[in-house]
Amino acid sequence: MIVIGERRDGGLSASTTEMLGGGRTIADQMGGPLEIALLGEGMEPLAQESIASGADRVYLLQNPKLTQYQPESWLKAITELICRIGPELVLIGQTSMGRDLAPRLACRLGAGLAMDCTKVEWDPDAGRVRMSRPVFGGKAVAIEVSSLKPAMATVRAKAMKARKPDASRRGEVVTVSVEIDDSVPKSRTAARVREKAEGVPLEDARVVVSGGRGIGGPEGFELLDALAGVLGGATGASRPPCDAGWVPSSRQVGLTGKMVRPDLYLAVALSGSSQHMAGCQDSKTIIAINKDPDANIFSYAHYGVVGDYRKVVPPLLMRLKEKMK
Amino acid sequence: MKIIVCVKQVLDPEMPVSSFRVDREQKKVVPPPGTPPVVSPFDENAIEAALRLKDNQGAEVLALSVGRKLSRPVLKKALSAGADALYLVEDSGFDDLDGFGTAQVLAAAINKIGGFDLVITGRQAADWDRGVAGSALAELLGVACITVARKIEADGGTLTVERVADDGIEVVEASMPCVVTVTNELGSLRQITLPDIMRSKQKPVLEWTAGDLGMERPPPRRTELRDLFIPARDTVCEMVAGETPEQAGEKLAEVICNDCNI
Repeated sequence: MIVIGERRDGGLSASTTEMLGGGRTIADQMGGPLEIALLGEGMEPLAQESIASGADRVYLLQNPKLTQYQPESWLKAITELICRIGPELVLIGQTSMGRDLAPRLACRLGAGLAMDCTKVEWDPDAGRVRMSRPVFGGKAVAIEVSSLKPAMATVRAKAMKARKPDASRRGEVVTVSVEIDDSVPKSRTAARVREKAEGVPLEDARVVVSGGRGIGGPEGFELLDALAGVLGGATGASRPPCDAGWVPSSRQVGLTGKMVRPDLYLAVALSGSSQHMAGCQDSKTIIAINKDPDANIFSYAHYGVVGDYRKVVPPLLMRLKEKMK
Repeated sequence: MKIIVCVKQVLDPEMPVSSFRVDREQKKVVPPPGTPPVVSPFDENAIEAALRLKDNQGAEVLALSVGRKLSRPVLKKALSAGADALYLVEDSGFDDLDGFGTAQVLAAAINKIGGFDLVITGRQAADWDRGVAGSALAELLGVACITVARKIEADGGTLTVERVADDGIEVVEASMPCVVTVTNELGSLRQITLPDIMRSKQKPVLEWTAGDLGMERPPPRRTELRDLFIPARDTVCEMVAGETPEQAGEKLAEVICNDCNI
């Protein structure tokens, strides 16, 4: 089986190390090697990091045109490799790259693809890969088995666990030179604007305070920012506040937003739709503040307050400030 | 410019969670009686994207939908919003299409329509949430694909698209014809007025079957569905109350400090 790796901030992305951790288990069950493909120039240090994180073999697909993700170039390089090595399973992160690449890669390889998987398991009796994924906005779970080889799964962030790097692990590094002439790319990235993260990034925060439609406007989010600040956390939102422009879309937690798994998730004036909960339901403790006692959020929350957040949150904030001193 | 917008009819994703039922044995979702289907939300964003291009520079906008038991009132929303014609590809064999199968039928229909410059569709459908059909369609049509767009601009034969990436925005250019999938950041579908609905009654609705597209049988699935269920949730919510909401807020501070090791 093979992982398609990504780089982030000079090392392997979190998603990649998670897939190597989870992939190690699957590869051992399958009785085959765990391989990884790394694309672009200057990936040699990441090869060593991959081996320490569980890979047996690293393919360095080299060409300067591969260093930044470009769909047709990555498709050509990866398709050629996979046709040569014939893996049983291909894992890709459910990331910006993975969502874009996987369906098209599956077309070229004739692969059986399941997107946004929360679980990928080897079924030894059937000799097949079982892939679990959320469907219907996260209201149900589907388990799918590929009818074709290879099986392919994009893996949700934090669904698998990275292993502690073991520098004593040994593996093979194979360098592959890829030819990409000018006719290959069908699109061109003219600009990349990387958003400056203010404070703790949402996905890494130990505490997240999220607001929903019930916040009513951007001013309410200032109160949530203050609350998040006292708790050393980050502010998130469900989709309606983002669509309404009360907060930037980068704050959206949910099925098509960020996946968070904090120790504490405070859901304020947020109904708790399944699409939103898909992004935060694995939080250690969920606390809900909502005017509506029948709000769906209360079926996910560990603690709840029924009340208007405008009345509940200011005293909450003051008492927390006192206790934090 | 000829734009084809692919729209999917889905169970209403906003339906109350308590009405959502799964027949685990049949591996099917049981639609709650009396709840009409809707256009998948991201496909409404796709219609909006097409209409903005039509407003700015003129375009013929054709809506296209594939499925079994398609609801004319639901899908005609595309016409009311401003599309010029609606193509319905309906067949009893289309009840179990995966993203790849859907893409095959869409590609066959698009080739039959002929001469497109741009295909726009939502990034994923609100039922199976796969996000496959749009990209697979681009592969079948042999064109570029730009996904999760929040802004689409056309100038001559070149498309400039702002797309949402994990950590910011990318500006991508491609030549038409091509496929673009859109996300909600593009903006909601415009309000539809009664005059819009009345005007749309004159617009053509064309209906095809799989046979009309030269498809003898529906495309096979690439994965088998082995299980479909609603995950059990056994969380018990401890309510924190007070004589006033303010008091409840204060008590909650205690809960957070004691129970959450903050």
